[in-house]
Amino acid sequence: MTNQARIRNFSIIAHIDHGKSTLADRLLELTGAVDARDMREQVLDTMDLERERGITIKAQTVRLTHRAEDGEEFVLNLIDTPGHVDFSYEVSRSLAACEGALLLVDAAQGVQAQTLANAYLAVEAGLEVIPVINKIDLIAADPDRVATEITNVIGGSAEEVVRISAKTGEGVDALLRRVVDLIPPPSGDPQSPLRALVFDSYYDAYRGVVCYVRVVDGRLRSGFKLEFMATGETHDAAEVGVLTPAAKPVNVLEAGEVGYLITGVKEIDRIKVGDTLTDAASPALQALAGYAEPKPMVFSGLFPTDGDDFERLREALEKLRLNDGSLMWEPETSRALGFGFRVGFLGLLHMEIVRERLEREYDLDLVATAPSVAYRVTMTDGSIREIKSPQDLPDPGSRGDISEPYVRAMILTPSDYVGPIMELVTAKRGEMGNMSYLSPERVELDYRIPLSEIVFDFFDLLKSRTKGYASLDYEPDEYRTADLVKVDILLNGQPVDAFSAIVHRDKANDYGTKMTGRLRGLIPRQMFDVPIQAAIGGRVISRETVKAKRKDVIAKCYGGDVTRKKKLLTKQKEGKKRMKMVGSVEVPQEAFVAALRVDDDL
Amino acid sequence: MMTSDVRHLSGAEVDRHVEDAAAYVHIPFCSAVCPYCDFAVVAGADDRIGRYVDAVLAEIAMSPRWRPLDSVYFGGGTPSHVDPAHLRRILDALASHHGLANGSEVTVEANPEDFGPQRASELFSAGFNRVSFGAQSFDDAVLARLGRRHDAGDIEVSLANARSAGFQNASMDLIFGTPVERNESWMATLRRAVALEPDHISCYALTVEPGTPLHRDVKAGAPAPDPDTQADRYEMAERILGEAGLGRYEVSNWSRPGRECRYNLTVWAQGEYEAYGNGAHRFVDGVRSHNIRRMDAYIDRIEQGVRPISGSELVRGWDGEIDRLFVGLRRSAGVRPGPGVDALLGTRGGGVLRHAGVIDVLEGRLVVTRPLLTDEVHRQVLDLSPPQGWVEALERDNLSD
Ligand SMILES: Nc1nc2c(ncn2[C@@H]2O[C@H](COP(=O)(O)OP(=O)(O)OP(=O)(O)O)[C@@H](O)[C@H]2O)c(=O)[nH]1
Ligand code: SF4
Ligand SMILES: [Mg+2]
Repeated sequence: MTNQARIRNFSIIAHIDHGKSTLADRLLELTGAVDARDMREQVLDTMDLERERGITIKAQTVRLTHRAEDGEEFVLNLIDTPGHVDFSYEVSRSLAACEGALLLVDAAQGVQAQTLANAYLAVEAGLEVIPVINKIDLIAADPDRVATEITNVIGGSAEEVVRISAKTGEGVDALLRRVVDLIPPPSGDPQSPLRALVFDSYYDAYRGVVCYVRVVDGRLRSGFKLEFMATGETHDAAEVGVLTPAAKPVNVLEAGEVGYLITGVKEIDRIKVGDTLTDAASPALQALAGYAEPKPMVFSGLFPTDGDDFERLREALEKLRLNDGSLMWEPETSRALGFGFRVGFLGLLHMEIVRERLEREYDLDLVATAPSVAYRVTMTDGSIREIKSPQDLPDPGSRGDISEPYVRAMILTPSDYVGPIMELVTAKRGEMGNMSYLSPERVELDYRIPLSEIVFDFFDLLKSRTKGYASLDYEPDEYRTADLVKVDILLNGQPVDAFSAIVHRDKANDYGTKMTGRLRGLIPRQMFDVPIQAAIGGRVISRETVKAKRKDVIAKCYGGDVTRKKKLLTKQKEGKKRMKMVGSVEVPQEAFVAALRVDDDL
Repeated sequence: MMTSDVRHLSGAEVDRHVEDAAAYVHIPFCSAVCPYCDFAVVAGADDRIGRYVDAVLAEIAMSPRWRPLDSVYFGGGTPSHVDPAHLRRILDALASHHGLANGSEVTVEANPEDFGPQRASELFSAGFNRVSFGAQSFDDAVLARLGRRHDAGDIEVSLANARSAGFQNASMDLIFGTPVERNESWMATLRRAVALEPDHISCYALTVEPGTPLHRDVKAGAPAPDPDTQADRYEMAERILGEAGLGRYEVSNWSRPGRECRYNLTVWAQGEYEAYGNGAHRFVDGVRSHNIRRMDAYIDRIEQGVRPISGSELVRGWDGEIDRLFVGLRRSAGVRPGPGVDALLGTRGGGVLRHAGVIDVLEGRLVVTRPLLTDEVHRQVLDLSPPQGWVEALERDNLSD
């Protein structure tokens, strides 16, 4: 039983790599949550993918016990969040379970685009924001300058900004004191009927669906009959507990507390993240606010290499959605790739991560087609259609205008690079908006840019033109009409739906030349010449040829050694099975991913 | 792909060799190991020749007695590197254990640098009637790159020696597409080769085999043979050899009419062949099997009184039919119809092959019409599954055995 006054719920938010997970490490150590021998760097980044890439993908929650100097014990519920723009949905969800946020800023890099974006999210959510300058141990650290930048953004005085090194631990003690002093305790009503927010979930093969919950009002007791207010489902609370970070069952979670809940439900579609739990016996009248559904930005076809895996892919997507509420999909059929799903993603990194998780965690082998944004097409009868896949674009006869989604992009950059950035944005059909100075050396630029231009290679181009100093954040804006065309790619005269793309007319030639050139390098020589064409409607805009191969024979069948030759050819044959037959052309899987590759040539 | 005017063997003529009995004898000794070679060979081990020959004799004695042999092939390694008296002992043992059929073909492989007049006569009188030279090229730069120990002149001398000793049937192997070779030097090689009027020529594209010194060089950045260049050179061979009256009867083999290598024809007709020596492969009673590859291990095993077989593959029923196509399709005459042929022509892949002009049905036989793409056909063949009902038919066969 914990008195609400002794609870502090907070998230750590920051721009990518500013040290959130490392600070979490120090807090875990300081409060003795993890044994010294179990400690490793970014201990909360538990997924293989997170450790390999050194980034946080999933928000992680952990409960710490902190004994203050006066001997009083506090319960701290900490949520470590990801910094990458694709995962800002994770940040919003986490903030809804907290009263405060630690806004971390790298002492050398200063305020970056996601520093601002996440700070605004926390302020909008009504949280107490504690600014923290991290990495003061760096030689390049300039905490005074950074402190000014921060106060320019969120107000307050520079002296109040805490300075720490999450690496060495310097200043973390003082930060803990600030957390206890400044972050308000939860203020729910322990006597009201139960209301708890399901802010995350995952699927466990043995225990079924595991929900992460924040109790707002009332208490959540193990054994209760619970009602899920949005879905209307009722389930027993088979087990409730806290994450320390190891799961530890408790009898009851009080108002203000954060923990987990297992109901024994195995059917994943019966639980929804963002739902409110209440006591079925005496239900609350009104549900909590929940979450706005995240809006996917890009869509790509996911197809199992082995057509028999279609159902397994569907199940995998359903299970993964529990852990990633932003996932959505619909079935899609491709002539080249068979049956699969058109899946919506929050960005390219998200897309890459989802694909890898599906392949690793569910043992699937997938082909992903070139990503596309969602276009709106006005039909001649006046109706409006949303097109998420180029192959669905109605033919010119039956449609009128096509409009495309724009984003509002915020770029933070040292002022020296404003020129090159403006050039880049113009090349990407962007429209300049405000320009404001955070400090004499740092500028915030505001643009409207077509999402399709920003989502693929913009970020890399931006980084390379600013020596890595500029950062970018964006949010959906309105749709605008544009002169868009569909470019088809034909192999051996047959259009391959998976390669089609909708592009701006001015860029169609570039796209066609790039794709045919790339494919020529990727498609192995076959027994006959394979023409590769890019075309708009019936008009060919570029063409390449993969010349027929002329020699494919083992010279000698030596001394009657038939067996070895058979083995060798059988092995080669297995290699070929990983290719897709498109008409009579063998196309390797990489070719389908080729369009994804970051452009250095455009 | 152009074809020569020389008469090819008819389908019936090549298929007839399925009835043959053949034997292969492996002689692993070489004076040095060539950088591209991945055969089971040893160099600098001449002190073990006697023990090895004894082991081969013991292996012959251990093998079941069979019918008289229609062909015998001594390959290597370099059989001509060892004393002909040794080869004679082995040949005599084969003759007394299995018998030699009338008019049987008895081939010995030889390297030009070993083939003086005396050795030629000794080999001929030992009972060999066909000699196959590892000539490889008449371009000395190519020979040097291939690590060969002879020059173009040696080839001419050794062939003359073979003729004087009484060999009426002589062949030579050539290798094309070595990166130092040029089109002109390959043409010159072909011209000098046919000028010697051999009965048979094999032309092999240089292949970079894993594990060889050549492979290491290529991985370290040395130029690799270029497949398009090799295709050009193959077409040159097709033309020059055809003009000289040598017809191609298999992917890499040309001969004067009637001088096809009988031993090879047996292998490609899915005929049976016994085999002796380290790394040797045999096909007897529907089983393909092979001996231990390492010479020392081979000798040890024999000295323990055990047959030195290290692996086998059962080639019966549907597998046998696939195997028939696999070996038979290397021949210009192709294969006669059968369930495997029907299966291939019935698949989508078979259709693509036919459409691309890689295979065709000529005079009722399935033929590879672009021999340089034979492996495309082979991969497809290995992927075939039996027609419906095949399994039952096979089980009935087994019951009535
Ligand atoms: N020198 C120094 N390096 C630090 C400090 N804090 C973190 N780092 C390093 O900065 C890098 C990123 O740290 P993380 O803790 O993974 O950053 P993050 O904010 O969790 O990153 P995302 O979750 O991907 O957004 C790692 O290499 C850390 O070792 C610090 O105080 N000083
Ligand atoms: S002589 Fe022939 S068998 Fe001996 S190493 Fe050279 S290529 Fe190989
Ligand atoms: Mg992190």
